[in-house]
Amino acid sequence: MSLLELRKLNKHFGGLHVTNSVDLTLRAGEIHCLIGPNGAGKSTLFRLILGEHRPGSGDILFAGENITALKSFARIHRGLSVKFQVPGVFKGLSVRQNLEIALQSRHRGGELEAEIGRLLAFLGLESEQTQIAGNLSHGQKQWLEIGMAISLKPRLLLLDEPTAGMSPEETHMTGEMVQRLNAGGMTVLAIEHDMAFVRQVAHRVTVLHLGQVFAQGSIDEIVADERVAAIYLGQAHA
Amino acid sequence: MTGLLAMFRRLEGPQTVGRGPAFWGLFALVLAVALAYPLFSDGYTVGNTVYFFVWVFIALSLCLIWGYGGSLSFGQTAFFGIAGYSYGILTINFGSGYGFTLLALVMAVAIAALFAVLLGYFMFFGRIAGVFLGIVTLAVTLMLERFMAQTAGPEWHIGAARLNGFNGMSAMPPLTIPWPGEPIVLFADVGLYYLVLGLLAFVYLALRILMNSSFGNVIVAIRENPERAEMLGYDVRKYQLITFVIGAALAGLSGVLYTVWGQYITPSSMGMTAAALPLIWVAVGGRSDLTSTVIGTLVVLAAFQALTIYGSQYALVFMGVLLVLTVLIAPNGLVLGAMNWLGRIASRLTQRAG
Repeated sequence: MSLLELRKLNKHFGGLHVTNSVDLTLRAGEIHCLIGPNGAGKSTLFRLILGEHRPGSGDILFAGENITALKSFARIHRGLSVKFQVPGVFKGLSVRQNLEIALQSRHRGGELEAEIGRLLAFLGLESEQTQIAGNLSHGQKQWLEIGMAISLKPRLLLLDEPTAGMSPEETHMTGEMVQRLNAGGMTVLAIEHDMAFVRQVAHRVTVLHLGQVFAQGSIDEIVADERVAAIYLGQAHA
Repeated sequence: MTGLLAMFRRLEGPQTVGRGPAFWGLFALVLAVALAYPLFSDGYTVGNTVYFFVWVFIALSLCLIWGYGGSLSFGQTAFFGIAGYSYGILTINFGSGYGFTLLALVMAVAIAALFAVLLGYFMFFGRIAGVFLGIVTLAVTLMLERFMAQTAGPEWHIGAARLNGFNGMSAMPPLTIPWPGEPIVLFADVGLYYLVLGLLAFVYLALRILMNSSFGNVIVAIRENPERAEMLGYDVRKYQLITFVIGAALAGLSGVLYTVWGQYITPSSMGMTAAALPLIWVAVGGRSDLTSTVIGTLVVLAAFQALTIYGSQYALVFMGVLLVLTVLIAPNGLVLGAMNWLGRIASRLTQRAG
């Protein structure tokens, strides 16, 4: 069963065709990685899915519903959630308040407190809960934002370079976290450059190049594909 | 009952400075002094204090929209003026009988809020943000000032109320409470003082509860990172609009009380200087905290008045210097900086004692 379906999605910025007739189907329950060289249109595709950009043409279907015209917050209500590339936490507020803001529309009172505690433990940020989020290390900010994103209990989690700036150990731990979430039923679409991470978690991989779907398959198929190796080396048209 | 208790618990929280018995003891003391003060003072001085209090509402409106919400409105005076003129037009036409002045107060504030709904809708849903929001709101208040300034001719009237151009509208009745026997007229001394003090305490406490509620959480979240707030499922523009309208109503309340206090309102109340001054009070006090805003506004206003008496030309220059110093020394506000510093010392002392 497909959870997310992109149909002939197009987006122009002036003369630049950043998303060129993209068709992409995400199966419910899979971890899908989106890779491609810089400027391939990966982040733009995320913004289209999230409703921050409107497509020039094409449709976005989520759980069978056409959400192309919905505003961002309404898409979140349908079961989408995102962790941005640059950690998008509320820098001036405490770690605890960050999580409270994420959780308060679902939980109240003592139940809210319990949920915050559970999430702090899950993220390993218990001792940092009164800390101002802007003072956290880069990795901790990434995790805090992942925590906020998953606190919505989304059906589809979008991760834009979740391991950027992380050490190999942190990257591996993040991979395990993603697998744990997936085991709990969450579908994941991740933009990632770190091939070790992709190898660790991905069920399927899509390669985006010049705004188009260039290749799709398992990680082994993608790695074996000479055309993919060529575009990463900048020799696509050679 | 539990709902009421939960509401009072919101008087303290991460969004407001001041908590615990020490803070509320001090609050009660200040309130008690404020209540007793007219007994030991003369009518003129009490009236002057009312004048200071009147401005605190517009300062709080800016604190809410700018300090908590992160949207700099340069035109809170537009709502101030609209409400002031509305009160004048309503009461000059319909008089002060049967408690109508009190209804007019509410209606004037509602008219200002309604104007904010329209203006705010186009701004926030038109995705105007940052410095452009400041420019649009400033343009609106200056346009209103220009417009009202050219209404000197007798053809500019609404019913019996002449708009009077740059001289402004005057002689509207003061607030009057109907009372068996003789109605109580709240002139700009002790009577008005208690009303304004009551409103001030109410608004201050209500805003504390609001900002420490889940609504307040969303408002500061939008200030910190609107994209993240939207991606947590919050309709950012709706929250911004609601905050803007509440702020406009507070600015409007300032305008009505000012009009009632002096029984006049002029276009210059919406002009450049008038629009800039609240920004200075709020910035100097501490825009992201209600208590700092109240204290900062009262202190700066009193200093400004003292300076005006001794040399009016320098008072405005001094305001500019004060703003520059604040930005350099304590960008979050002098009063807020001082309160945080005191708080740190207090917690260190209690730690040592414990």
